[in-house]
Amino acid sequence: MKPDWRGHVPKIEDLARRLGLDWSPVIFEAVPDSFMTEIAVYGLPVRMPHWSFGARYIYQLLQRHMGYSRLFEVVFPGNPGHAYLAASNGLADNVLVTAHVLGHADFSKNNMQFRRCQDQGNAQIIEHAAAHARQIERDIETHGFNAVEQVLDAALSLEQYVDLDQPLRREHYPEYGPAAVERRDDAFRSRYDTLDSAAEASSPTRKPRAPIPPHPERDLLWFIATYAPDMESWERDIFLAVREESFYFYPVFATQIMNEGWASYWHARLLREADFIPEEIYLDAIKCHSDVVRPVATGEQVSLSINPYHLGFTLWEEIIEKSGVEAARRIMREDDDFSFLRNHLTREVATEMGLFRYQRRQNGPIKVVAADIDELHESLLIDKYNFGAPRVSVTEVRNDGTLVLKHDAQLDGRGLDAERSFKVLEYIKRVWRRPVLLNTIDAAAKTVEFSSESAAAA
Amino acid sequence: MSADSPGNGSQTLNGWYELFSRGARDWLRHNEKIREAVRAHLPQIVAGADVINDSARTVRVPVRMLEHYRFRLLSNGDGQGVGQGNAKPGDVLGQSNPSGGSGQKGAGGKDRGGIELMLEFKVDDIVDWLWDDLKLPNLKPRAGATEEAEWKREGWDRRGARSRLDRRRSLKESVKRRAHDSTSPAFTDEDLRYRQLARRRQPALRAAVFFLLDVSGSMSDRDRQLAKTFFFWVAAGLKREYKALDIVFVAHTTEAWEFNEADFFKVTGTGGTVASVGLAKVHEIMEQRFDPSSCNVYLFYASDGDNASDDRAAADTALDAIAQVARYAGYLEISTGIRSSLSEISSLFQSAIDEGLPCSRCSIAGPDDVAPAVRHFFSAEAHAGAGEEAIGGAP
Repeated sequence: MKPDWRGHVPKIEDLARRLGLDWSPVIFEAVPDSFMTEIAVYGLPVRMPHWSFGARYIYQLLQRHMGYSRLFEVVFPGNPGHAYLAASNGLADNVLVTAHVLGHADFSKNNMQFRRCQDQGNAQIIEHAAAHARQIERDIETHGFNAVEQVLDAALSLEQYVDLDQPLRREHYPEYGPAAVERRDDAFRSRYDTLDSAAEASSPTRKPRAPIPPHPERDLLWFIATYAPDMESWERDIFLAVREESFYFYPVFATQIMNEGWASYWHARLLREADFIPEEIYLDAIKCHSDVVRPVATGEQVSLSINPYHLGFTLWEEIIEKSGVEAARRIMREDDDFSFLRNHLTREVATEMGLFRYQRRQNGPIKVVAADIDELHESLLIDKYNFGAPRVSVTEVRNDGTLVLKHDAQLDGRGLDAERSFKVLEYIKRVWRRPVLLNTIDAAAKTVEFSSESAAAA
Repeated sequence: MSADSPGNGSQTLNGWYELFSRGARDWLRHNEKIREAVRAHLPQIVAGADVINDSARTVRVPVRMLEHYRFRLLSNGDGQGVGQGNAKPGDVLGQSNPSGGSGQKGAGGKDRGGIELMLEFKVDDIVDWLWDDLKLPNLKPRAGATEEAEWKREGWDRRGARSRLDRRRSLKESVKRRAHDSTSPAFTDEDLRYRQLARRRQPALRAAVFFLLDVSGSMSDRDRQLAKTFFFWVAAGLKREYKALDIVFVAHTTEAWEFNEADFFKVTGTGGTVASVGLAKVHEIMEQRFDPSSCNVYLFYASDGDNASDDRAAADTALDAIAQVARYAGYLEISTGIRSSLSEISSLFQSAIDEGLPCSRCSIAGPDDVAPAVRHFFSAEAHAGAGEEAIGGAP
């Protein structure tokens, strides 16, 4: 029988500790490839059922079938963390993957984005997500499949609409606004003030009710779960469950380049310094490493996409070479992809990597355009703002319960796709149970208002 | 990627993971939703179904993956991005693909629009949906049609074939007998009961449908394909009503031939159109093979409407002869453009309609009109009143 990769884990861990990595214990588990595919699709090992995952699942299977991509591992942060390794990994793959996982575990224990999320009690996300899934199964038994699916349609389509600056467990808005000051410095008032205070106490004090929401609210999941006029409590729970999972997904999303780069840097370094690994395993593992961090285009080739592993790995190598591991660890703790790229992707590195910006016109040519380094940063980051979703917030709940949403078209630079917006408004209306309006602009930059009511008629 | 011998890690594998697949479960639900969505677009399936021969009970329909909607920015097809490799400003890296928009990188929003899958639908289901959705009345067996005999089960006897022994009934007899006399044996030959058969008269459930197709030079492949789709659904609809349905395929140009199904749709002819020849052939086969008193005969004729003008009288006579015998004659005109006046064959059927014969006609222009056409003929047939309806622009 071949030596098992697990034999190498303690030694790699020892080495990693000596090199200064700091992580919570990780439980390693080998799982079938089909299960790896599911983790990639659902984002979590056990997650609520929804048909949209099914569509993504088949898409993934096709991709895998055509040999486009292959998953070696998925790591879930937490204490303890969980690492799932594909059962089809070879011994060398798994040695590499073990080192890679330790890099991720170090990152997720120390990076500010992850820490904030874990401080909110999200450290047990695998267990929480499984509990959500179980609760939803029970809801299906009690309320029927279609009722639950309608709620999930709405909640998952708003998955990205959470406010990461607010705590996971949020208080309601204050019920009353600041009391209106009604002082008039006239003679009547001054005579009135001389009256005895008992009379004063009986005079009605008017504390105005605060409007809901008091400011545009971008945490749509929380707002709907909290203020929907006629929502059942199990429906609210589903919204909050989706919100909690989004809180978990955000750090993963917002630090992808850094995180993968960090793990790739450390698996390469650990492997290099691991003298206990037999040579042939080392060679296979290094081959695997170079596949992972390979640029999409090599030599004279040109590609319209970049490999985030390659980008992150190159940047970390550069930083550590210039400023040392301690400085790198500080950056790792404090940055996310936005600040990481802006601070550390310099003109020189970009040129060395052959990064360029291109523009595409409809039915026109795809053209490489000159871009200074700031424009390049923004091009890389543009899909990362606001969890990758258009900025939509709640601005008003009218007296008849109508929910008014506003899209910040100015910031996004464009309006919203009408057909999809109508569908989402329909989803929301089924749980909000009152009309839902959405303000945005159309292709001609004119203000338009979409309504769930007209969608029903259309 | 070199993987070691398969099953290398299997001793550490937790069998739990093999138990079920969440992905497959949600995938099934996705497909179920597609079926519901497809049902809402029956005309398109009816048109798009890869119509197959008589023996197949399913059709395969290409469908797109369902999209779970999210807010998405308007896309005008322009976009930008960062690439990597050997390129300098001003380089042209090819042509953007017309359908490709930007903004496909949302957290869960990979564009899957390109993937099509084939779903199988039972023909019977679709026909049922058509009937439900179109609220068509069920066809009534022809009034006064002769009845035919069939064996039906009726009553019991003490004698009979072993295979028709009714055990429950026999046991009851045994219980009854022993209620009188508890000392007697459990079963005797006297207890045994056999089911009996008797001949019973049944209303006629036989039908024959003639598909007459103009295969002259003016009928394009597309026209024939439309006719084929139409005939398929008509046959499926009639099969739903009649236990035994004979289908006769006749094609004509200036001559007429009978074909089997496989060849029928492959036939191409050249030259002009003489409708009377086709109608006469249909009438001849009707007379020879089907007794109108015991069989409901239908005729469906598909053509592009052109006919030799000196054929008018002959065609009129032939159609009249058929209409005397047939329960119903429908004419489907496959028109490519808008005509200012009725085509030769349309006016032929129109005059038959005006005479009060059980005829009907309908024009279609494209695949999406097939389902409405099927609906038109069956509702006209069911109401026994004849009418005319144009679908898709032609008068």
